[in-house]
Amino acid sequence: MEFFTISLLNGVSYGLLLFMLSAGLTLIFSMMGVLNFAHASFYMLGAYFAYQVSEWTNFWVAFVIAPVLVALLGGAFERTVLRKTHKFGHVAELLVTFGLSFVILELVQLVWGRTPVEYKVPAALDGSLFKLFNSTFPTYRAFMMVVAIGMLASLFLVLKKTRIGLVIQAALTHPDTTEALGHNVPRVFAFVFAGGCGLAALAGVIGGNAFITEPGMAQAVGAIIFVVVVVGGMGSLGGALIASLLIGVMQTFAVGLDWSFIGGLQSLGVDVTPETFGYPVWKLKLSQVAPILPYLLLVVMLVVRPKGIMGTRDE
Amino acid sequence: MKVSLKASAIAVAVSLMAVSAASAQTVKVAFIEGMSGPFGGVGQNQLNHFQYAAEQFSGKNANSGVTVQIVPMDSKGSPQEALALFKKATDDGIRFISQGNGSSVAGVLIDAVNKHNERNPGKEVVFLNYAAIDPDFTNSKCSPWHFRFDAGVDMKLEALTNYMKDNKAIKNVYVLGQNYSFGQQVSKFTASMLATKRPDVKIVGNELHPLGQVKDFAPYIAKMMAAGADTVVTGNWGPDLALLIKAAKDAGFKGNFYTFYAGVIGAPSAIGEAGTDRVFQVSYWHPNVEKNALESTYTGFKYKFKEEFYTVALVNATKFLVAAVEKSKSTDGLPVARALAGMKGKGGSGEDIELRAADGAMQQALYISQWTRAGGPGVKYAMEGTGHGFKTVRYLEPKLAAMPTTCQMTRP
Repeated sequence: MEFFTISLLNGVSYGLLLFMLSAGLTLIFSMMGVLNFAHASFYMLGAYFAYQVSEWTNFWVAFVIAPVLVALLGGAFERTVLRKTHKFGHVAELLVTFGLSFVILELVQLVWGRTPVEYKVPAALDGSLFKLFNSTFPTYRAFMMVVAIGMLASLFLVLKKTRIGLVIQAALTHPDTTEALGHNVPRVFAFVFAGGCGLAALAGVIGGNAFITEPGMAQAVGAIIFVVVVVGGMGSLGGALIASLLIGVMQTFAVGLDWSFIGGLQSLGVDVTPETFGYPVWKLKLSQVAPILPYLLLVVMLVVRPKGIMGTRDE
Repeated sequence: MKVSLKASAIAVAVSLMAVSAASAQTVKVAFIEGMSGPFGGVGQNQLNHFQYAAEQFSGKNANSGVTVQIVPMDSKGSPQEALALFKKATDDGIRFISQGNGSSVAGVLIDAVNKHNERNPGKEVVFLNYAAIDPDFTNSKCSPWHFRFDAGVDMKLEALTNYMKDNKAIKNVYVLGQNYSFGQQVSKFTASMLATKRPDVKIVGNELHPLGQVKDFAPYIAKMMAAGADTVVTGNWGPDLALLIKAAKDAGFKGNFYTFYAGVIGAPSAIGEAGTDRVFQVSYWHPNVEKNALESTYTGFKYKFKEEFYTVALVNATKFLVAAVEKSKSTDGLPVARALAGMKGKGGSGEDIELRAADGAMQQALYISQWTRAGGPGVKYAMEGTGHGFKTVRYLEPKLAAMPTTCQMTRP
């Protein structure tokens, strides 16, 4: 029971962080049809900016400023580069973001070095929030969850309840009509791109000190957020939320479980010994294959339901 | 025009001669190490160790004036990159290489050195391994060109399990390691040694995780607690250890940790106050050993780099290399390798150490130390500003720390 509850909490908090990361990616994709390969790099920039700003001032200032700075950078990139490549089609846009991810990586290494930086959890949030049986639950993880849920709620309100949200949704499905009604659709695109980058940066601000801030952090999450977006359904925020939580919980539990084929076969009455054909595969434990489970899910999802859990695109 | 050409040619020749006269006293060592990537911090810190050791124990500080010159090469921790750099080093005429972080890398380097030396007689390369401690390197895969200045996994775990044997409070042991040759050896040796020394102890988990990929160890800690572990044995190093201990602290895990590398950069900060008396380390030296022969080196390094000094193996490698060059009067691979085999010297706590000729493994003292509040008896120095340091709880002289070898090789 203790293991179940703690693992569930760990899984949900990790899943919510994944959601913050992938929300921006899926939003940008649904708006512009662009898969932003540099998305995880904006996550990394968020963490590094937050580290730098918190060195100069404190964490709370960084918490507000770093995402804004990254959003401005993202907006500037959209305005100056992405918009110009738009007319050359999606492949050009994809390649430009791909290139950008390398540029950001090298710049980060030039400025902050190739090794992890000391970006620490603020003292006020360091410590345990409550005790569950023998385990304690760290305050910072709870803080991560609160921020993610707050972000989810405000995103929902902005998109569904405000005039800006209406225009964004209109531009999403009927860009020409929206433009004919006098709305500046390119500016809406820039706004969404900047917003998406800002969300990734926010995830970086709170993920960077919860785990580790290093040049490899973008690559470490880069692949997984694509899985989230594809499994959830390209362009679907709700799908991204479900997929993030699913992957977060699945990975956390998989690490904790020592199930293997041998156990399964033995309970069926089949005896497996080291001499059995394919023994190295049968003896693999679920905990050992945990890191590849999300990718397995991606493959299965693409075979069974290519549009994802809540995707609407029929291709 | 002609005259000036001739004059400049002579000038060049003279300067070349001057250079070669000087380089007879200089021995270059290619330091092939991961200095970027997840373990980059450890690699950079080791480079500082090596450069500081070369500054303190060679050149004008060596009687003969033999200078060790370090050529850093960043392998990013990858075996492929390390192989390419090895090729570059040999192309540049470098005869000595040094590496330590990652037995996965050391393994391919040993193979590469063996092949290179077989194919290029007269241009032999010697591998000074300062920290890759997979015991196979001095047993089944031993090589006359490889010298290991650290103590092997077998030596360290023999000492560690002998210490654990006497602690009756240990009931449920969890073994967690990085999934590569070194972590696998730690897991294998711990399980088999504990099974014979303490049959009553239960191994409640024996787990390997991907090297340098796990950033959130909370699920592993939850699993340890669910398994009822009171003791964790881990060979993790660098961020893999720091993040593991951080997660244990966050989850309120109360068990003890028996580690190899709790004193290595980043780990002391992560252990901090929460790990008081609960983290143990097996090593060939620590800053608070009695009869500390390297106290001034420790304080000097700490003052210069604001980092902890612990890799005595690099000091010993420097000293032994200088002595071998002096003894063989050569900077070539073969004569120096001959001089290194069986060479004797003094270790970090003044003990008699020997680079055993049979397998190239350094025979040295071992310490089990415990993380305690600094200031009391036996804990003079605190680490990384934590107010805590390591205190010797067991000392093994080199004779007692020695392990047999199955190495079968003929030295050239």
